[in-house]
Amino acid sequence: MEKVFERREKIIAEANKLRWELGENIHDILMENIYENASDIAKKTVRYPDKEVAFSFDRTLDKILTSKYLGFPIMFIMLGVVFWLTIQGANYPSGLLANLLVDTIHPALKIFATNINLPWWLSGILIDGAYLAMAWVVSVMLPPMAIFFPLYTLLEDFGYLPRVAFNMDPLYKKVGAHGRQALTMAMGFGCNAAGVIATRVIDSPRERLIAIITNNFSLCNGRWPTQILIATVFIGSAVPAYLAGIVSAAAVVFVAVLGISFSLLVSWFLSRTLLKGEASAFSLELPPYRPPRILQTLYTSLIDRTIFVLWRAIVFAVPAGMLIWLVANFTIDGVSLANHFIRYANPIAFVFGLNGVIFLAYIIAIPANEIVIPTILMLTVANLGIQGVGAGSGVMFELESTADVASILHAGGWTLLTGINLMLFSLLHNPCSTTIFTIYKETKSWKWTLVSTFLPIAMGLSITFFVTQIWRLLSN
Amino acid sequence: MISTNDTCANCPAHNLSNLKKLGIDMSSFDYVVALAGNPNTGKSTVFNYLTGLKQHTGNWPGKTVTRAEGGFEYNGKKFKLVDLPGTYSLLSTSVDEEVARDFILFGQPDVTVIVIDATRVERNLNLVLQILEITERVVICLNLMDEARRNKIEVDARTLSKELGVPVVPAAARQGEGMTELLKYIYEVATGSYICKPYRIKSKSRELNEAIDKLSQEIQQEFPNLPNTRWVALRLLEGDQNIIDAIRNGELGNLNAPKVVELQET
Repeated sequence: MEKVFERREKIIAEANKLRWELGENIHDILMENIYENASDIAKKTVRYPDKEVAFSFDRTLDKILTSKYLGFPIMFIMLGVVFWLTIQGANYPSGLLANLLVDTIHPALKIFATNINLPWWLSGILIDGAYLAMAWVVSVMLPPMAIFFPLYTLLEDFGYLPRVAFNMDPLYKKVGAHGRQALTMAMGFGCNAAGVIATRVIDSPRERLIAIITNNFSLCNGRWPTQILIATVFIGSAVPAYLAGIVSAAAVVFVAVLGISFSLLVSWFLSRTLLKGEASAFSLELPPYRPPRILQTLYTSLIDRTIFVLWRAIVFAVPAGMLIWLVANFTIDGVSLANHFIRYANPIAFVFGLNGVIFLAYIIAIPANEIVIPTILMLTVANLGIQGVGAGSGVMFELESTADVASILHAGGWTLLTGINLMLFSLLHNPCSTTIFTIYKETKSWKWTLVSTFLPIAMGLSITFFVTQIWRLLSN
Repeated sequence: MISTNDTCANCPAHNLSNLKKLGIDMSSFDYVVALAGNPNTGKSTVFNYLTGLKQHTGNWPGKTVTRAEGGFEYNGKKFKLVDLPGTYSLLSTSVDEEVARDFILFGQPDVTVIVIDATRVERNLNLVLQILEITERVVICLNLMDEARRNKIEVDARTLSKELGVPVVPAAARQGEGMTELLKYIYEVATGSYICKPYRIKSKSRELNEAIDKLSQEIQQEFPNLPNTRWVALRLLEGDQNIIDAIRNGELGNLNAPKVVELQET
């Protein structure tokens, strides 16, 4: 055994000696050799066209899309158009689905439950809790997702997203982060957990941590529908009807851009305090533009994204629905648990321009951001004890369109300020539990996991606090 | 299997019908095939085509950062296909490159398919040359031929194959072009009926060549079953800590028992 050990150490020692004799630049010599060899082989085998017809279309397009002046405006317009189409297209199918699932099937189920003498609490948990939460998630989430994801995937397949990253790259470098963070940020727009895993392309641990911590500032799948819905209900209704669509879309773009600004700001802060260091150099490759394959895109974005996200939302909505029904119906001193919490939380939430229902909803929705809005609506209805719609509190309201969402929220005392603050808080709060778990798996550090979890909450509370205070000062 | 005459068995159409996409069923397999290449060359598209899986592909460098696995059956043999993260080289230290490098080096695939971009052959060759140093059983999928044609770039696949000493298959995976040929060569290289004679990086530095030769001989003596001593010698000269550790604890010696070394899962 001893001998084996010695022989192996001898090899290592020999290598060290040779390395010393060869000098420090083996790596450079090797890379040079590889480049030379590759270039020799390429010369023998590849013939480029005599004239530079190659890439001319791509180059022209790149000049426009990544231009110093036009790059950002085009980016905002592209995002805006996508949101506008989503907002315009989603309302009608949303109403249809709510009509079917909530107005037709739900009462039928209730009647069925009465006929087979199901105990009131069981029919409450199953039909008024689990089923309604699920029905609500489907009718609110499915239409915007089915429109948004294919559009987003088309942009991605075409090759536009790397151009967005290219535009952002200098900004990230300036704040001391890795240029590739622009790519992982763009991936976070799909899903933060995926964005966090994507940071593996960043080789410096310092810059990778920055990218992980700030990925949550990219609005994800689960939060786009919240933004779109609240913007439609509160921002869109604050302007004349013919402007509603455009203004709501612009508001969502604004929140998304705000998220990007926060990711830059926090990266800047981290690379000057906790994670000090220089930005490392790298080259970002722009892939060629490829004509998107429309049918395949529709298929993959429906299966991979829409159904996947919807399924995840339903899986989390069912237990959440039961939980909501329980906290709304389980009473202490004649007052439900939910009401107890909301009463205590309301004065605190008031300072931030939010309310107790929103706080409770964000606690219940930690596993999935997708169910925030359904939870808020169910809790609001339960809290107000709105009667005549279903049996008892904790039952979802009958909703036919976003107008009904609006009427519930207005009944719950929501104002334009609440809407704005919810949009801000939806951008700036803890990542969902999947993302938190992914961050832990990738960093193997509780410290950085906790930082990534609580930093956004602290920021969200500060921002909503200032917005609220300034708003109230100005409106007085 | 119904026996067919030779002409029929050699017909490409017939061969493609021999492809059975097994999706994620990899219960037992005869060969392991790794899929490597630069980012955004279409590895995942090739992967999906062969396995029938629908891993999301994107026009996006760095889409795959972990490895994905799937299976297919061809000519009665079962293959496990491993889609590796795209990398430009195997010489740096980021996590995605390590996943790719460790799999090719320690996972010992029976065949490594390198997907290269026909419009960027020269840069893609950098990775090809490095992989050829590690493993000789390689098939090159010269992908994105449709884009090369659009840009009027001509690539002489035959000469390229002669230069590199491994099969080169022109392909356009998005359209399914060249996949039959690719399968045929994967099968031939895996079963050993095609013998590769891989290109070795030529160095002008005599000292470096001598150092590599000397060191790789010593490694060969200590680990007689190691197929890629030249690469190990190179990494040792560069002072790669992983390789130094692998020599110390003898992990390198276990390489002749492939598929045992479990890689860090994601």
